[in-house]
Order: sequence, then C-alpha cells, then structure tokens
Amino acid sequence: MKALLSGNEAIARGAYEYGVKVASAYPGTPSSEILKNTAEYKDVIYVEWATNEKVATEVAIGASFGGSRTMTTMKSAGANVACDPLVAFTHAGVNGGFVMVICGDPGMASSSTEQDDRYFAKLARCPILEPSDSQEAKEFVGLALDLSEKFDIPVILRSTTGLSHSKSLVELGERTEHECKGFERNIAKNCLLPAYARKLRTWLIERERLLTEWGNESDINRIEPGDKKIGIISSGVTYQAAKEVMPNASFLKLGMTFPLPMEKIKKFAASVEKLFVVEELEPFIEEHIKAAGIPVIGKEVLPMEGEFTPDRIAAGFIKAGIDLPRWKDMANIVANPPKSVPRMPVQCAGCPHRGISMAIKKLDLNVCGDIGCYDLITLPPFEIMHTDLEMGGSVSNAVGVVRAGKQDKPTVAVIGDSTFFHSGMTGLLNAAYNKSNLTLLIFNNSITGMTGGQFNPGTEYTLSGVPADPVSIPEICKALGVKDVHVVDPYDYKACLDVLKETTAHEGVSVVMTNRPCMLYPKKYVAPQKCEVVADKCIGCHICLKQCTCPAFELTEQTTDKGKLIPRINPDDCVGCTICAQICPKDAIREVK
Amino acid sequence: MANYKETQNVLIVGCGGQGVILASNILSDVLSCIDGMDVKKAETHGMSQRGGSVHAQVRFGEKVYAPFISPGEAQVILAFEEAEGLRWNHYLAKDGVMILNQDRIIPPLAFVGMADYPDDALVELKKRDDVKCIDANKMAKEIGNVKVASVVLLGALAAMLDFPENVWKENLQKRVPAKALEANMKAFDAGFAAMKAL
Repeated sequence: MKALLSGNEAIARGAYEYGVKVASAYPGTPSSEILKNTAEYKDVIYVEWATNEKVATEVAIGASFGGSRTMTTMKSAGANVACDPLVAFTHAGVNGGFVMVICGDPGMASSSTEQDDRYFAKLARCPILEPSDSQEAKEFVGLALDLSEKFDIPVILRSTTGLSHSKSLVELGERTEHECKGFERNIAKNCLLPAYARKLRTWLIERERLLTEWGNESDINRIEPGDKKIGIISSGVTYQAAKEVMPNASFLKLGMTFPLPMEKIKKFAASVEKLFVVEELEPFIEEHIKAAGIPVIGKEVLPMEGEFTPDRIAAGFIKAGIDLPRWKDMANIVANPPKSVPRMPVQCAGCPHRGISMAIKKLDLNVCGDIGCYDLITLPPFEIMHTDLEMGGSVSNAVGVVRAGKQDKPTVAVIGDSTFFHSGMTGLLNAAYNKSNLTLLIFNNSITGMTGGQFNPGTEYTLSGVPADPVSIPEICKALGVKDVHVVDPYDYKACLDVLKETTAHEGVSVVMTNRPCMLYPKKYVAPQKCEVVADKCIGCHICLKQCTCPAFELTEQTTDKGKLIPRINPDDCVGCTICAQICPKDAIREVK
Repeated sequence: MANYKETQNVLIVGCGGQGVILASNILSDVLSCIDGMDVKKAETHGMSQRGGSVHAQVRFGEKVYAPFISPGEAQVILAFEEAEGLRWNHYLAKDGVMILNQDRIIPPLAFVGMADYPDDALVELKKRDDVKCIDANKMAKEIGNVKVASVVLLGALAAMLDFPENVWKENLQKRVPAKALEANMKAFDAGFAAMKAL
C-alpha cells in the first residue's frame, strides 16, 4: 500500500517498520512532527518528550546500551545541545542500533541560525545519511539502524525543511521486531577514561575506513548515467531540485555524505566532461573533492546560504555558462515579486504573553530574551526584546549585562516554561549561587507552544498518554536558591506593572511567573465571556489597536461623531482577556457574557 | 490540464485558519488514488497559526522531482484571500489561471498604519482575464455554513482539473466531519458550477 507522507511522517514510519523500541526528542521546527507521528505507534515504541536534546540523546544512548533499537530527533540548534553525548558515543559505539535525526533549516524558515549539520558527522566521525524523498526517508531509517549495528557506530540521518515538510508517496511495510539484546557490561567499550578511550579512538578511525569502503560499494551512493558533458554530485532534497533543473545530466546521487565514497567520486569525475557539486549551505563535499585534486565547480556559482529551490540552482548553472531556456527568465521574475501586505505573526487573541509584554514596554526595560512564542515581542509594534540568541540564554545573558557594570534601565530576562526546563534552570541556579542581581520573567503558558503544543514537565500528561504530576515552577525556583518568587496573572495589567516595578527595584535574584494557559494548546480555548466596544463612548483613538495588536480587532465603517473609525471586536476570536478594556482611556470596552 | 505527462503545478494560498491545508490534502488524496501518478506536496508550517500567510504547493505527473513550484510555472493558483493571491501572482504560468476568492483579511498592523492593504493593485489584478473571481464566503453563507467556503473553492479547483467527480467526493467525505457532510457536498457542487460558468 502507498501513502502520501511528509519526510517527518516517513521517518516515524521507518522507526516503526525497522523495530525502534525507544524514541526520545525535544521539539524544534522542522523536526517536531517526527516524534508526534512516532507516538502513533506507542503500543510498540516507547516515546517521550525529553526536557532537552542532550537529555533525549542520552536516553536514546541508554536504550542502545540496554540493547534495543533507538531514535532521537531534533532540529539543528538542538544538535548543538546534543553534540557532547554524540561525540562521546561515537567512540564507544552501540549495542542496539542508534539513529539521531537532525533536521536542518536552510533558509531559516523557523530557526535562528543556518548551519550545515554534516559537520557533526565529520566532528564525531560517524556516518550521515541524506534521504531525498519520503520513500528514502523511511528506508534510510532502517539502513541507518543496520549500519549502526554492523559498524558499531551511531548514525545521523539528516533531513532539511524541504524534505521534512514536503510529502511524497511511500510504500508501506510491516514492522520487523528486533529483540532487545539486554544490557551489556563492557567497561573498556562504554567508559571513556583515557586509557580506554585512546584505543576506542583508534578503532573509530578504523570504523571510518570500513564505512568508506562500504560507501564505495553500496547503491546508497548511486551513479545515474546521462549526458556526459555535465556531471552533478548532489544529495538530499537538493538532488531532486537539481534533477528538476538538469534532468538529462549525469548524476552521482550521494545517500551518505560522510564518510565520502572517494573512489566512486573519482570514477564518476573521470566519466564526465564538467563536474559540478550542488549542495546547500557549506562546500562540504566540494572541499573533499578539491582536496583530492579533482577539478569541480560549486560555490563559485552557487550560493552559500538559503534553501536551494530549482530556480536558484538554475541561476548557478546559467552563471557557469550553461544554456537553460526554461530557467533563463526566472531570475527576473524572482527579483520583482508583487508588493502585497506583510503578514507578520502576532500574538493570538487572549495570548497570556500580551499583558506582561505591554507592561514591559510601558516601563521601558532592557530585555534579554529567549526562544519561544514570546520571540514575537522582538517584532513591531512591541520591539521590546533586545537580545535573543538561543535556548536558555536569557537568564545568564541578563546576569552578564548587569555584571558588565553600566545600565541606564533595569534589565530583565524573559523565558518560557519549556525553555526554562530545557536549559534555563541551570542558569538560574548559577545566578542564585553567585548572588547575582537578576529579574527573571517566566512567561509560563503550561505548554511548548511555538512548535505546536508539545507536553512538557509542566503539563498534565506525557506523550505516551500517562497522567503526569505537573511540576511547580515557583517551587523549582525556590529550590534553586531564589527567595523572591512571584506569581502574577498576565490578564491583570496593573498587577503586571506593579510586580515588575517591585522586582526590578529588588537587589538579588527575583522570579516572576505568569499563570495563564496557551490559547491554542493543548486545545483551543473557548471563552465564556467576550469584550465589546461601546460605540457611544469610543473616541476612535485606537490605543487598543496599537498597543494590543490583537487579531480579534477589526475596523468597520462605523465612525465617531468626529469621523474617526470605531474598532470592533470579533466575538468569534475574542477570549475576553480584557487587556484592551484595562488600557482604554475612555472605558469604552466592556465585558459581555 | 488533460495531459499529465508533463508535471502539473497547483498552488493553494491563503491565511491561517482558512482551510488551505485541508483543500491541499483533499487534492493530494485524489491524486494519490490515480494509478501511475507521482505526487509531491510542500506546505508552510510554524508561524501560520499566528496570523501568517499559508501556502501549499502540489505537483503531479508521471515523474515529479522537486517538491517546490518554480515562479511562472503554476498552471492553477487557488487563492483563498485577495492579498495572498497578489503575493503569489508571479508564480502563475503564462497560460495559467488564478481562482481568486473575494475575501479580505486585513492584518492588525494595517490598522495601526504600519502596513498597507494593496487595494489599487487588487483592482488591476481582478481586471485580468486569467483571474477568475469567486465569492466563496457568500456562497457558503447561502448554503448555511460559513465554514464550507474552503470546499466551495475546492469545487472550483476541481472544475479546472480532469478527475472524476466521484473520486473528489469520496475523498472529501473522508476529510470532513460527518454532520457537515451534506453542506460540504453542496459547497463542492456550488464551487464546481460557479467555476464552469465563468
């Protein structure tokens, strides 16, 4: 039977068919749907949302130690977090097959960095597989697990947004069980004390040689003979885009991009007149080929950044002097897109982040931010988050800003509940221990919202459906050594102002946590009450529109007697948070049941 | 679009919550039912629930390589919202058709003077012969369920493609709630008839 699956759904299907028993992950676009879909098979696969990617990887490594096939999934930024256990684990090698799925985001559709994850494979010296469509995404999970067990090594499966979030046809199969081998005591293999690790390092280099030999033989790296004038080496979904542009050229399609099959590459290079490498981001393959003394064209005509859509690849070939009638006018079309209205993402109607964000703006604080929905306050009209790098960074960045010695305005850190659990807690412990002067605002909406509403230690269920004991963030903060801990209702604007004034004046570490849930997750909130504009009282000042930028607002034809447009609140969208009513200077917004 | 040997491109665009993804799912379900048809589909994820634009790119034919539609190559653009239709206009093929739903979703920033809704450009767009305007919201209201506007548009799209009506309806049935089935069927028929009449 065939099904139309996204790359992410196909990877989940692969985990099922090829006998994975344990899967642990932290969500991150574009990887999040893999574990969500793996959870469909929770009768036979244990699935969990871990607190961060390092933890997820360590759970999966443990499952491999324990003798079962296992998978962990993450986005690029998460792989940075998980790099430490990965590098260590490649030295030790596996018991049960281990696959780490890393989903990159060339073009940064929803990521703060653009990075080429193939370097993790080179750094850790483990193989990396790059499927080019959903069928391969599924099959390569099985291949990764087989290679992992055959060569005693963890394997990375690399996807990118173009694969993870596109769908293509997949032939479905049955699950093959792989019996758990049980925990194996092997100190010399699994304990990286220098005396053991030096031997493992030698074995690691040998394993890379064996894998290179395998790659030279295997069909995973496939020569597709075509027009001999042009030969193209490519991998992943970029291979499909390159085929779109040059369907008749000769191709060497690489399914494994580390270690590279240099013998096969030399053979292919010798068979064509002009050799190109088409690869997104860094010249990873290109540098290896050039180091082998083989002439090749790559980054001198193709861009180093962004997603490789066919038109961008075509532009590179045209630059290299190749005539491509279908593509020759495309650059002009792309350079002059029609001008339409920008649709920047805004906070949802009733979002619990709105009231506290408006209070921060009112008090004009310095804000060190973090990764989550509250990122939106970096955008107009708020523009009140001043630093925002990576998961968990806010807490210690704010500590450092204060330690630097000179600040005209009070500085606060802003973090969400899931990001606090991910890597904010260690920073808070550090701040409390070192007697820092910090105000930490935890925008708690009791869910991992930005990535689609995944459970976390603050929610009432786990991914496998087991009722959880939601952890108390104020109690955690107290246990970490913070004495000044506040809980505030973010629907109470004045209370938000008051608590910010109090805590930013307080010497030492203070924490303020908000206590209203996300409006979208775990299910869309349906409010028993709404707000409405009282047309008689409204003077058309639009303070409500400008300060809240709530999507429930509309402008209608109705005007005040001075001809100013009167806003209307769409009752289908409003959830009655009343923030707009609290800031209206004329008391012209009221609550209705 | 009777010849599916060459890869065909259908681009569906709109705003979060309008049903763009539902329509694209039903289209790709229909395509998956056809023997020997290769299908690829790419869609936006992430920010769309928070007021952003949403698009789905569906490609089909004997053999489809890239999941992305290239500019100037969409045979059909189905636009759920006017400004979104304009945004993707440069993706329309020279012999392509844009089905434009007469719905305007004004983003909050436009209210506060930080963005302009493209009224003038839309007047020009609607004058064109290759742009077919449909008021799906009005038709859905007449059927008695505003939520079926997306299926009105799906019906209009079906009128542009040569697949049997029963295949569309079987797949539609699988994707909509049972209690709204009748309204959805009516919506599909209404959209199909409206497009044929244009």
